Amino acid sequence: MTTLTDAWHWLTDPAHWPGDDGIGHRLVQHLVLTVVCLAVSCLIALPVALVLGHLGKGGALAVNISNAGRAIPTFAVLVLLLLTPVGNWGEGPTVLALVLFAVPPLLTNAYVGMREVDRDVVRAARGMGMTGRQMLFRVELPLALPMIMNGVRIAAVQLVATATIAALAGGGGLGRIITAGFNLASTPQVVAGAILVAAFALIVEAIFETAERLAPHWARSAR
Amino acid sequence: MTGPPDDCLARNEWICGEYLSTRRQILLDAVLQHLQLTGISVLIGLVLAVPLAVLARRWRWSAAPVLAVTTILYTIPSLAMFSLLLPVYGLSASLVVAGLVLYSLTLLVRNILAGLRAVPEETRQAARGMGYGPIRLLLTVELPLAVPAAMAGLRVATVSAVSLVTVGAIVGFGGLGNLIYSGMNTYFKAQVLTASVLCVVIAVVADVLLLGIQRLLTPWTRAARS
Repeated sequence: MTTLTDAWHWLTDPAHWPGDDGIGHRLVQHLVLTVVCLAVSCLIALPVALVLGHLGKGGALAVNISNAGRAIPTFAVLVLLLLTPVGNWGEGPTVLALVLFAVPPLLTNAYVGMREVDRDVVRAARGMGMTGRQMLFRVELPLALPMIMNGVRIAAVQLVATATIAALAGGGGLGRIITAGFNLASTPQVVAGAILVAAFALIVEAIFETAERLAPHWARSAR
Repeated sequence: MTGPPDDCLARNEWICGEYLSTRRQILLDAVLQHLQLTGISVLIGLVLAVPLAVLARRWRWSAAPVLAVTTILYTIPSLAMFSLLLPVYGLSASLVVAGLVLYSLTLLVRNILAGLRAVPEETRQAARGMGYGPIRLLLTVELPLAVPAAMAGLRVATVSAVSLVTVGAIVGFGGLGNLIYSGMNTYFKAQVLTASVLCVVIAVVADVLLLGIQRLLTPWTRAARS
């Protein structure tokens, strides 16, 4: 229990909050990294998945890419990127690795969501004379939204986790508090950093959970 | 006076045969540690997950809390998980194993529970009608029928564990992750690439092996398809 009290003291010590290595700056870094990378990954993955899902092509690729992503260690990719010329761009390797790991769940969920839209509904839409574009935006997209949002949620949580590992490879974010704690052999700091990271991840999860509860009935996943 | 040797190690190339031959023992040790950490964690996870899933199935009210706790555990990033366990286990291999067990537990409980729930009610009633007691029903009907779902979870858990072990490098017990970590600090390209590739190879081989075991355990699924 003493470790937890020590960690609490570390967290509440005002000296640990300001400055470049302070908790405040690390929190902002983590948040910015997560939000920026989530936006970039969505911009890359969602249009591709929506078009592929609408056309019903490339399914094997879209589904398997997410399984393959699991086998590739985040940490290894980060270090590999760090040693390539990309490593000289400051946060470049981190951002690239984060996007790389957020794209597969987005792609897979959006694609599967699009394909799971009831074919009868799609046929009915076509029968009503809708064009392909109208079908995509007015029928398939709204019905696939719960699955797509589920993918965004998985990607967001994954981004928070990966941004933490980035600290092992010299990136910014909350993970730096943990790695600095290990270097100083300061268990309270390590635990304090871990509490911050875990809380961050759980808050992100909770935000998506709440958003789903508040969403209109049709946009909720059928549970 | 001889100059430095002009081989791929000295030039720090990505792919280097010299590295493989001179560091064979280090690589072998790292692979062995990687396999041990993964294997032990997934096995412990499996041993804990089966009773948890069975209990959650038996007493419906316990399913929601069990699933909620495992989901929360899964949300915690790996680096934070290892760090949170630091006061309990110190800098040891048990720390990495404990973290990995918690992650495998989540995936396994969820999948085994889904498998148990998917057993058709008619099947259960037929077994009961043949005089099966609850224990016999569980062991000889429900669990075997849940094997495909459980194996799917086991495969995901194993593959994830192989890749998460690398993060254990922060406490010095990361199998191939140790090599990646030290290779990063010394800009040793061949070491980082070789260790990363070996990691992926282990994951793929483990996945294929488990798929094979699943086929052997569930001969009836093949018969139904042909």
